[in-house]
Amino acid sequence: MKILVAVKRVIDYNVQVRVKEDNTGVVTDNVKMSTNPPDDNAVEEAVKIKESGKAKEIVAITVGEEKAQETVRKALAVGADRGIHVKVDGVIEPLAVSKILQKIVDKEKPDLVFMGKQAIDDDCNQTGQMLAALLNWPQATFASKIEVKDKTLEVTREVDEGLETIEVNVPAIITCDLRLNEPRYASLPNIMKAKKKPIEQINAADLGIDTKPRIDQIKVEEPPKRKAGIKVANVEELVQKLKNEAKVI
Amino acid sequence: MSREVMEYDVVIVGGGPSGLSTAIKLKQLNPDINVCLLEKASEIGAHILSGNVFETRALDELFPNWKELKAPIQTKVSKEKFLFLGKEKSLSWPTWLLPKVQQNHKNYIISLANLCRWLAEQAEGLGVEIFPGFPASEILYNEDGSVKGVATQDMGLDKEGNKKDSFEPGMELHAKITVFAEGCRGHLGKELIKKFDLSKGKDPQQYGIGFKEIWEVNEKNHEEGLVMHTAGWPLDKNTYGGSFVYHAQNKQVYLGYVIGLDYQNPHLSPFDEFQRFKTHTAIKKMLEGGKRISYGARALIEGGLQSLPKMYMPGALLIGCDAGTLNMPKIKGSHTAMKSGMIAAEAIIDHIKESKNLSVYEEKFNNSWVYKELHEARNVKPSFSWGLVLGIIFTGIDQILFRGKLPFTLRHKHADHETLKMADKMPKIDYPKPDNIITFDKTSSVYLTGTNHTDNQPVHLKLKDPEIPIKYTLDKYDEPAQRYCPAGVYEVQYENDLPKFVINSQNCIHCKTCDIKEPSQNITWVTPEGGGGPKYGNM
Repeated sequence: MKILVAVKRVIDYNVQVRVKEDNTGVVTDNVKMSTNPPDDNAVEEAVKIKESGKAKEIVAITVGEEKAQETVRKALAVGADRGIHVKVDGVIEPLAVSKILQKIVDKEKPDLVFMGKQAIDDDCNQTGQMLAALLNWPQATFASKIEVKDKTLEVTREVDEGLETIEVNVPAIITCDLRLNEPRYASLPNIMKAKKKPIEQINAADLGIDTKPRIDQIKVEEPPKRKAGIKVANVEELVQKLKNEAKVI
Repeated sequence: MSREVMEYDVVIVGGGPSGLSTAIKLKQLNPDINVCLLEKASEIGAHILSGNVFETRALDELFPNWKELKAPIQTKVSKEKFLFLGKEKSLSWPTWLLPKVQQNHKNYIISLANLCRWLAEQAEGLGVEIFPGFPASEILYNEDGSVKGVATQDMGLDKEGNKKDSFEPGMELHAKITVFAEGCRGHLGKELIKKFDLSKGKDPQQYGIGFKEIWEVNEKNHEEGLVMHTAGWPLDKNTYGGSFVYHAQNKQVYLGYVIGLDYQNPHLSPFDEFQRFKTHTAIKKMLEGGKRISYGARALIEGGLQSLPKMYMPGALLIGCDAGTLNMPKIKGSHTAMKSGMIAAEAIIDHIKESKNLSVYEEKFNNSWVYKELHEARNVKPSFSWGLVLGIIFTGIDQILFRGKLPFTLRHKHADHETLKMADKMPKIDYPKPDNIITFDKTSSVYLTGTNHTDNQPVHLKLKDPEIPIKYTLDKYDEPAQRYCPAGVYEVQYENDLPKFVINSQNCIHCKTCDIKEPSQNITWVTPEGGGGPKYGNM
């Protein structure tokens, strides 16, 4: 089996994100960037499947600017075999990413495509689903447990009501939840070795895909500041305030 | 336990201005040399915090074409001010009456973190292998006692030191020469100074704690290129310190405060002094309508030449502020750190090529402009042990009339951990509550640093004796760790009226103040798991 894993470069989850003063976006200059956390889970799961002998090759792919390569390099350091970097500068939306991934799937012919359930920067949660539609493949989203069977996968999904277990035919798209596994560290020897693994660079334009954004972003604003709370003396006062002041019950 | 080993010609510990300059200079002198640089932060620059008004002298030598190479150095100093603050009033000191070392018209206002990121790009371009997120946690020695290299931290240990599923052992990096460039109070540098007795015959090192905030201010309060320093309020006249206010690009102001860690009153809280400083009319009116966007703190070296240890030992060199090359009256250490790193590279090349003794480093250092600068600066800081007024008068005579050439050298008498007086003998200080507009508490400040350490890892702030904080320090000094720590790591909590010493090590912003100031030297800072600590942006 061959697994394609998509990873995205986002602002590190520890960084306090700041809105640009002109409200055109968020500040990314000199801000620490990392791999989108659920994408790390996707890579980890692929590596585990390979270690269990059920997959032969893992290809890590990212779509983005020059520095997005770092995320592929990290995937190589924890066990991916080779990388692909599709170069696009500027804003790129999930639809364009899915179209690019579709082209790469046509070329690479993987049995499985793994990625994070959503990216922590725009929280879109669309790329996996759109790719499944474009390829007309089955999809299992929000996976918190994956079992590889003969030609099928049994996937446990994190859904609002609890856990849902489904079986999907291979080839399939799986989007991964943070509960799926604990990603391993990239060790220094493996980072050194990863520097020698190949990363193929492709320009998005050469794939014949129009990556122009379809959405006009009008304004980015900080959420309103939360007001300080108050202490109430007893339940009656709480109910009274919820009724009369907050008007929520 | 067997660890993987890699051999390099030179291993550099620390990706600040000194370590990066060594790496670059080595490659410039010999493109074939193998150089590896380790950095504990998750990326280069993320643990760098500095004022910074930058003197380009060392950079001019390293990259004469730095402008063409687009170094992030743009804002030239256009105006300078020096204020003495009283509680309500302020007195402006004429710039022409400032000693030459405090004049900045040829310098630039920069973010040192961004400069380091740029230096790292240059270094990688020259073939230096840089590994951020891998702290060197252990020094390796050869059988003859010389330094063999370093080992990186094991990853994936739990609180008790047991291996988790994700455990990855550290790696050994062996080198012909290992260069220690950890910055002020490096934890390996400290071990080397002790092991090789490098401070023999020198005065005890002196330190300060520096705070910095970045503010985005109202356009009308912004004057790009303005450099302002203050002395006086809110500090009493026996506490050494002052502020900096640098108007950088994009309506940003770099605002900071430095306090000598030789302060005597255990009730003093450096963090709260800094917060209170911002309430002075002269400062408050500049900040009103603005927004604080960054916060951080870091210990710095103040000892100068008298406290500078021997900087070479078998197999290794100590450079930058891991040794202590900051020029205190100039309030600058980046250019001297860089130059010390460049000199180290020259010495290493001589050592490898012509098997010269590593003492060639100190010879070259003593013949360089860094030494001359530090020599002229040497008497300023110790004179302030007489108090602010005498310190200023002496400094005027020393720096303006004699230009640092007085025929004697004042000494530093005490290490900073020895200077605290008993809590019951010193006045308590009543700090105003934060207003969350101009002044803030530690929690919301640490939040801005992006600090994180993986849960469930060994505590990286080690107590030699876990009983001392409550049994001795709380009683005698009202446990000053609660106040000198700029991140609220140390707390004394009461359970059933019984005090308990709590270490919130996940909040640690790697400033090293506790390791310096703890009266019994009971706290030792060691490296946490790689990538931990603050994630500073353009500090």
